[in-house]
Amino acid sequence: MTTTFLRLHTQPDVPLEAEAISPVAIAGLSELGIEHLPVLHGNIKAKIGDFFKVTGKGVPDILLEGDLGKIKMIGAGMSAGSITIEGNVGMHVGIGMSGGEILVKGNASDWVGPEMSGGRIVVKGNAGHMIGSAFRGQAIGITGGEIFIHGDAKNEIGNSMRRGLIAIGGDAGDFTAVNMRAGTVIVMGKMGVRAGAGMIRGTVVCFEDAPMLPSFEFSCKYQPLFLRLYLIRLQENGFENKITDQHLNGKYRRYSGDGIELNRGEILLFSR
Amino acid sequence: MKIQKTEIVDTFAEAFKMWGARVVITADTKQWARAAAASMTGFATSVIRCKLEAAVECEIRKEDTPDHRPGVSVLLFTMSSKTIAGQLIDRIGQCVMTCPTTAAYNGLESEKTVSVGGKLRFFGDGYQISKVIGGRRIWRIPVMEGEFLIEDTFGIQPAVGGGNLIILGTNKYTALQAATAASNAMREVAGVFLPFPQGVVGSGSKIGARYKSMIASTNDAYCPTLGSISSKGVLPENVEAVYEIVADGLNEEAVKEAMRRGMHAAAGKGVMMITAGNYGGELGKYKFYLHNIIKESNT
Repeated sequence: MTTTFLRLHTQPDVPLEAEAISPVAIAGLSELGIEHLPVLHGNIKAKIGDFFKVTGKGVPDILLEGDLGKIKMIGAGMSAGSITIEGNVGMHVGIGMSGGEILVKGNASDWVGPEMSGGRIVVKGNAGHMIGSAFRGQAIGITGGEIFIHGDAKNEIGNSMRRGLIAIGGDAGDFTAVNMRAGTVIVMGKMGVRAGAGMIRGTVVCFEDAPMLPSFEFSCKYQPLFLRLYLIRLQENGFENKITDQHLNGKYRRYSGDGIELNRGEILLFSR
Repeated sequence: MKIQKTEIVDTFAEAFKMWGARVVITADTKQWARAAAASMTGFATSVIRCKLEAAVECEIRKEDTPDHRPGVSVLLFTMSSKTIAGQLIDRIGQCVMTCPTTAAYNGLESEKTVSVGGKLRFFGDGYQISKVIGGRRIWRIPVMEGEFLIEDTFGIQPAVGGGNLIILGTNKYTALQAATAASNAMREVAGVFLPFPQGVVGSGSKIGARYKSMIASTNDAYCPTLGSISSKGVLPENVEAVYEIVADGLNEEAVKEAMRRGMHAAAGKGVMMITAGNYGGELGKYKFYLHNIIKESNT
């Protein structure tokens, strides 16, 4: 069998921390071995088998079925392989991942891909707050990888991110790329207030107009060639309906900021 | 052995190990991409004096370039892996970056890479920005027209330089027509370029000279005017003009295929012989036997 199936048979009462649902953890294990891997049900130790029916040995490709909105930390530390989640998923999906791909066909909760350094997370639906962000108290957010949210996402996308690409197909909440060190956030819908607050370097792109902080200064209107490379890549990865020729060939208003920091960051707003 | 009425001499072309890189130049229009490529491949016919060999490999449809703009692929070879980075930096920096609307991308996937954009970025004087897109690091260098994009590293690989054909014609017109046909056919092979003007050499050289300062001099054995003077004269009586075609390639197979196509395209009325240049087989790593190439293609 080329895929390991995990079907949720018992909905947890409280959030379930399931770091063990990851190609790294299940590699080479039997069905029974996987079912005995530890999870944390609230503050109580439990096993994967208490909540999931496992079919197939531990191989790098995992398929998860059921409403996993209360299941946290799926794909923790994965460096290769793939996880497909047929429905929704809970917080911290892809925490610390460095490679491989996670596909969420439903919605994702907060903190998608914290401490991520590589690989790709794709959410077909909406996502919560703090996508690709640093944990509270941490200076650095994600250091690589790609997070593609096809729907909307909430506040503080890419908080303190250092590298990587976050693409939001819909709208973004407030404080997008707050304290950004570097990297790229592309929002194809609307963007809330205070985007780029405290950013040092990095790029925020928005297809719609957005309110600018007074510490950002208008530089010019131009056609950023580098953005074509990102947009072509995103078109090839499922965003073809969101990115038009106008976005590829059009002009963008470039704002430099944040003036309270190094002033080497940029916000590019599509100019109709 | 003959192709049509042209005799294929039982000899071999002697070729050398070189190091190759491929640069994909894109621009807003095909014309600007071509202009940059032409500039970058100027004065790059022979390592003898140019220190490198380079030419346009092909034009690339915009759908197939990294930024979906019209593109031109350039191959650039040097004798050593240590000198190729410097040549890439100089030529992209002076000839591509200066050309309006262009960008330069690596076109060769290879384990061995050299830093090119990573060095040219300093032209940005601290305002340069790096982006990693799909695993490729791209430098954005602010310039007067906007931004110049260049990939951080370029792949390099061992390559073959100096595959060649020598075409002996009964007059200048037919010989040049045959050489041009061969050149056009040979340039169709992917991974091959012909470093001389339009791919044809009107003044082939031999190694050494009677003058100590010269590392190469005229190939007197094939000079029609020296038929009665040169001690090495090999030209049949009716030969009035000789042209050489030099083919460099990313691997042996590509050079071999180019030579095969070249012989078939050149052979015909007015072309008495097709031969090849070598140095006795002691200098170059590769030997391309003309008869073997023809036989292999017939099987």
